[in-house]
Amino acid sequence: MTNICFCFQMHVPYRLKRYRFFDIGNDHYYYDDLATEELVQHVATTSYIPLCQTVKEMIKLSKGKFRCAFAVSGATIDLFRQFAPELIDLLQDLNQTDAVEWVAAPFAYSLASEYNKAEWTEQMNRHAQTIKELFNKQPAIIWNTEMLYSDDIAGYAQELGYKGVMTEGAKHIISWQSTGHLYASAVAPKMRVLVRNAQLSDELAFRFSDPTWTAFPMDAEKYADILQQQDEQEIINLWVGAETFGIRQTQATGIFDFLKALPYYVLEREMGFITPSDAIKRLTATETLSVPYPITWAGEAKDLSTFNGNDLQQEALTKLYAVAERVRLCPSKRLKADWINLQDISHLHYMGHQDSGISPYDSPYDAFINYMNVLSDFLQLVDEQYPSSIDNEELNSLLRTIANQEEEINRLKQQLSKTKKTKTK
Amino acid sequence: MKALMFGWEFPPHILGGLGTASYGLTRGMSLQPDMDITFVIPRPWGDEDQSFLRIIGANSIPVPGRGCIEFSGRYPDNLLEEIGNYEAVARELAWREPCDIIHAHDWLTYPAGIAVKQMTGKPLVIHVHATDFDRSRGNVNPTVFAIEKRGMDEADHIMCVSNLTRQTVIEKYGQDPGKVSTVHNAVEPLANRDRFVKHERKDKIVTFLGRITMQKGPEYFVEAAARVLAKTDGVRFVMAGSGDMMEKMIDLVAQRGIADKFHFPGFMRGEEVQTILADSDVYIMPSVSEPFGISPLEAMQVGCPTIISHQSGCAEILSHAVKIDYWDIDAMADAIYAIVKYPAMYASLHKLGEEEVNTIRWYDAGLKVRKVYDQVITHRR
Repeated sequence: MTNICFCFQMHVPYRLKRYRFFDIGNDHYYYDDLATEELVQHVATTSYIPLCQTVKEMIKLSKGKFRCAFAVSGATIDLFRQFAPELIDLLQDLNQTDAVEWVAAPFAYSLASEYNKAEWTEQMNRHAQTIKELFNKQPAIIWNTEMLYSDDIAGYAQELGYKGVMTEGAKHIISWQSTGHLYASAVAPKMRVLVRNAQLSDELAFRFSDPTWTAFPMDAEKYADILQQQDEQEIINLWVGAETFGIRQTQATGIFDFLKALPYYVLEREMGFITPSDAIKRLTATETLSVPYPITWAGEAKDLSTFNGNDLQQEALTKLYAVAERVRLCPSKRLKADWINLQDISHLHYMGHQDSGISPYDSPYDAFINYMNVLSDFLQLVDEQYPSSIDNEELNSLLRTIANQEEEINRLKQQLSKTKKTKTK
Repeated sequence: MKALMFGWEFPPHILGGLGTASYGLTRGMSLQPDMDITFVIPRPWGDEDQSFLRIIGANSIPVPGRGCIEFSGRYPDNLLEEIGNYEAVARELAWREPCDIIHAHDWLTYPAGIAVKQMTGKPLVIHVHATDFDRSRGNVNPTVFAIEKRGMDEADHIMCVSNLTRQTVIEKYGQDPGKVSTVHNAVEPLANRDRFVKHERKDKIVTFLGRITMQKGPEYFVEAAARVLAKTDGVRFVMAGSGDMMEKMIDLVAQRGIADKFHFPGFMRGEEVQTILADSDVYIMPSVSEPFGISPLEAMQVGCPTIISHQSGCAEILSHAVKIDYWDIDAMADAIYAIVKYPAMYASLHKLGEEEVNTIRWYDAGLKVRKVYDQVITHRR
């Protein structure tokens, strides 16, 4: 039986305000709250809210047979709380149905897994905690930022006790293999890897209303036929940005009605719906997947180049993550909140030379100037907490002492007990 | 295809961008195998490069009853009289130089173009390198406007060096949009690029280079410099060139108290231009109204990061330059600061800017002009 696995990913960035270099050192508030509120409200009302309502109805109409997953970063949940609390209520309603799985993501939709493992771990834990608080569920599967995945990340995920990771069905990785199976990581054999069906997902996301698409016009029955015709697929992973519904494909294209009708036709063809966790429970991984270099779902190359491929992005990332340890040591909540917001992948998107079509800036240079000015102020604040005159080396040795203290204590304890034993002898 | 072109300047003796553009365009067009260009200027000096076109001096064509007329070939006080004389010579040339198309560069030569069109019935295209609205910040000279307007009205087709200029032609001169097209300028490839290098020095150099006149927005540059210097050390500002606002600018620099970091080296010629651009960390052109503006492209050729105003036509074709509004001195200061303080900003603009500018070729501009010729000629038949 073919199983359809839907996952909807939600992410909204905090908009930075216009921040000039003469603000550095004078103004420590970096955000344009009005623009952010407007953005969150726009995305929520045109896309996320109608999507959640549609999903709720789908679950009801199919008597719980429609199941799906949501990936929402922690920073985005915070923005919903602040600017679209009605959406939080709706997500909690969905949670009540037990047909929805919440997957884990880094708290900030960031590249932490690539630049600072300890930061990533902290963000994963913080996100899991947020999900626990909000939905009383423990996430088991990871959707890392932009589906970023490599063998290393499988290892990290295993250390944190996760069961699976979701990633892109990048052609150069999958090659002759199929996205329709469950895989085991080549380096962490307990870790399961689920692979996005890039073609079917992207056709839905980008071509649904495209009259040049051979399958146009698409309806639910036709789509169910297409899904049924996929050969030997145990699982078809249809994972898309939630903004596909209502923004990329506007309501007028009929995308919501399409989605609502889909479960009926899928179930009629004796296919089923599962969530990523269901998949890991029910399916067996017969083959391994080896991903030595990081892949993402972005761009033609499906690698990190969309985010760190040019000089601007590299400088921003290097400067940002250079202070990761210091920020983690720091007790200031405000500094930590800024730290999360500055890591958002959107900032790097805006600095890309390929036109993303989503940038609020005139050009990548404009985006870089503004970001670097903000970052300069932020770095100064961090520096005030932990002066760079103390020097990384000294700080590092301090950090190492702290990190190793448990080991050291254990060693000393052992020594002590040994001495005691010898004494008693 | 034989084109009879009327221009006012031709290298090496040039006074502004018109001469550079005339040379680049004709050279680019000459690469089309069947293109035959005759270029008329008021006064040749004899050292013009005639390897790809033929140059005729208006001062060497006798006019009945007057003989050969003397031309200054510059922009003298009796400019209107020279324009009239140039037109008289054109009437003679109409018979001597048979052509398929007449092509007139800028308002000084429009009357000449119209005269030949009236006498031969050949189609006339005019090339708008600038309008009086650009030169005067809106304070147009009615005589110049009348000559420009008549040229546009009489032309079969109007080519503009940017969409910005095209818009001016349509809106201010009431031209039919269907008859006005854009042919962006390009830049001649730089020979011996390796000669121009950046020297290591303690201070960063931010350069303005051009006529110090109202049109170029020099005062905004000074204000932006003052903002940068209020916050930063290790940056010097250079305003190279001369013009009627130079003294005012020196005063302004003194008033802002930045004269120790702001320099006026005077007019630069020939290779001095490339040398100083290559040695600069930033080139800035805050023009209030620039139909195209070729100098940012020249700066990019030697790898100098460039800031240009949105009010410059070249902004339409450049991605790897920072663009700001000429009046937005905060944004201008911010861009300068970013380039001198954030290494990736410099590296990116330096490398990608040079790559980009090397793809902007006169040959392609020439092909667009040729397309216009072909259309106009077919249309007439």
